[in-house]
Amino acid sequence: MSFFQKLKESVQQKTETVTQKFMTGLSKTSHNFVSAISDLFSRTNRIDEDLYEELEEILIGADVGVKTTIDLVERLREEVKARKIKEPAELKSLLSEVISEILKRNEQEQHLRLNEDGLTVILFVGVNGVGKTTTIGKLAHRFKNEGKKVILAAGDTFRAGAIEQLETWGQRIGVDVIRHQAGSDPAAVIYDGIHAARSRKADILLCDTAGRLQNKVNLMEELKKVHRVVQRESPGAPHDVLLVLDATTGQNALVQARQFGQAVNVSGIVLTKLDGTAKGGMVIAINHELNLPVKLVGLGEKADDLQDFDSDQFLHALFRDMIEAEEGNS
Amino acid sequence: MAFEGLSERMQSIMRKLRGKGKVTEADVKEAMREVRLALLEADVNFRVVRDFVNRVKERVVGQEVMRSLTPGQQVIKVVNEELTQLMGGERSKLNQALRSPTVIMMVGLQGTGKTTSSGKLARYFQKQNRRTLLVAGDVYRPAAIRQLEVLGESLDTPVFSLGDQESPVVIARRGVEKAREEGFDYVIIDTAGRLHIDEEMMGELRKIREQVSPDEILLVVDAMTGQDAVNVAESFNQQLGLTGVVLTKLDGDTRGGAALSVKAVTDCPIKFVGTGEKTDALEPFFPDRMASRILGMGDVLTLIEKAQSAVDQEKARDLERKMRTLTFTFDDFLDQLQQVRKMGPLEDMLSMLPDVGQMKGLKNVQVDEKQLVRVEAIIRSMTPQEKSHPEILNASRRKRIARGSGTTVQDVNRLIKQFNDMKKMMKQFTQMAKGKKKKKRGGFRFPFMS
Repeated sequence: MSFFQKLKESVQQKTETVTQKFMTGLSKTSHNFVSAISDLFSRTNRIDEDLYEELEEILIGADVGVKTTIDLVERLREEVKARKIKEPAELKSLLSEVISEILKRNEQEQHLRLNEDGLTVILFVGVNGVGKTTTIGKLAHRFKNEGKKVILAAGDTFRAGAIEQLETWGQRIGVDVIRHQAGSDPAAVIYDGIHAARSRKADILLCDTAGRLQNKVNLMEELKKVHRVVQRESPGAPHDVLLVLDATTGQNALVQARQFGQAVNVSGIVLTKLDGTAKGGMVIAINHELNLPVKLVGLGEKADDLQDFDSDQFLHALFRDMIEAEEGNS
Repeated sequence: MAFEGLSERMQSIMRKLRGKGKVTEADVKEAMREVRLALLEADVNFRVVRDFVNRVKERVVGQEVMRSLTPGQQVIKVVNEELTQLMGGERSKLNQALRSPTVIMMVGLQGTGKTTSSGKLARYFQKQNRRTLLVAGDVYRPAAIRQLEVLGESLDTPVFSLGDQESPVVIARRGVEKAREEGFDYVIIDTAGRLHIDEEMMGELRKIREQVSPDEILLVVDAMTGQDAVNVAESFNQQLGLTGVVLTKLDGDTRGGAALSVKAVTDCPIKFVGTGEKTDALEPFFPDRMASRILGMGDVLTLIEKAQSAVDQEKARDLERKMRTLTFTFDDFLDQLQQVRKMGPLEDMLSMLPDVGQMKGLKNVQVDEKQLVRVEAIIRSMTPQEKSHPEILNASRRKRIARGSGTTVQDVNRLIKQFNDMKKMMKQFTQMAKGKKKKKRGGFRFPFMS
């Protein structure tokens, strides 16, 4: 059974609506990426250096990143040798297989770590404008629908209008928001959030923080303090520290993950705004270079467009044109 | 960090070339491969990189370099020139309406910093004594209007809003009408972030454009954007006809390759860059300086300009005279300190200097601004007599100063020692200058004295 068939079968066992979300969200990326690769593999009839070089460019063009691309193509070379592959067309499913290896590496860590018998605290961090507050709103919506009691803590006390933005979300979905005045100490807000969540017997506390560039030492120290406060006030917390990354971001995403990781021990990634054009390659680079699981992906503007990351769904949506073409042939 | 910055990477390539008397074709090929990788890692779009590398290679391999006396220097020059060219040649200014108000429309993806940049622009005009009306056209993101209002309040700049139930097209039109009636110099229309492939939302922007015929349509681009920057810029440009770009979050550690890509594909000049969280942190974009910075030649021009605007020439001359005649006092020391601080955070200044990246120890140095504050407090706790005659500072005076400045006697002692060392050094310098006639007078100079 070819790898494409395996993928298809795996996806068929999953929820139809989720598959649809992945397909719509990634349709533009898939179109650009796959048509470039198909074109390359059908244009050439030999597997040679030129082909590898062009493939490198396509991967880099999809934000897979230079290092990951080079490693990926290296893996491909090894497999081509080992399996004695001659036809460029056979590279299609091989490529998706090699990517799948990388994506599956952190699979067991992929789910949100929920505390089954008590309060779960999730801290959201990231640079400015990646969509932390929006992600929190969407996630709160999801938990609420699952029947959980959710509280939000408005830890972004810096950006103008950030507290109001979270409050608007709170009103829309009907959950409490713990807030202080603009400009107050974020650690104090989170402290109050934890205590309010405990006394109101909430299941989940989602903590917003202000966006900060990872090279601003003072702001990173502030974040460490917030993290310390959470650790101190609620043993075992934060259960997840999620770094929110904008899928439009290029190589700096890796720097962000590394720096935030050092500061507050990031446990997973939320990749937002994945529904663009040349995006998604970052997912591969993050898994490959940082060994951090991508836990959630934002595939659109609607509240239920925030989905658990699923590598089979992701690859299926990315390569679906090829998968369908293969089926048509056989 | 696993990746070196573009400028560091370029520097190491260039160092290899710099020492060479003769550059072979193989050298050039190797250098170009490094340039290519460095640019790709900096998120410059791969198509743009390909063109760039080819252009440089052509010029370099062609006789130009081979015949020159210092081929290494020549290669650097060509790369620098082409890079500057790619980024837009010269600095480009804002379009002005013939009759006020000048209408500026801010567009871009979500989260790039449109609202913040609108506020910063208003501040920028305010410093030129121009009045701006901010128009809150983002009716979709929760509290976006509130964000602009808070910014407006802090800048003392009016914000026009019709709430989030009215269509952005109407809001924009009415905002511009109001600005015209009330004689504003500028109107800045903040719009909601949107994906360039969202037909409906892009259509809305076209309608706003038809209604208000803006003098500037500025695309706000996050400096951290990856390969997609090209598609975004291309598509906004095709649908709206951009007049310029604002590059934001350049104070991060991104290498900002997006700047190169955007310019290359749209041919729209980058007009401003956002360099910090405060509303003052918006600067005009100078392509040549950016190119120099990438090449590790340092942003010396910006530094000089900052120094010129901050350092009082008169005072500087006075100081130089005092140093020569050895009448340098704590007052002068404090003066000096304040002038340096006016130039902005020391870290910013260090990052503008060439080759600082290579100096060990300086690379990750965190300049302790608090230390400067402490020094200032100590000096301010001295009496005028003590300041001009430091030799009278005995133990009880020192104790008093420490108490007055909230420091310890050790801190005070340390400062006095530093001050005396400095004076001693000046003495040596001046004597040296006197002894050797050949040396120019005023042997000791602060680097920022003209």
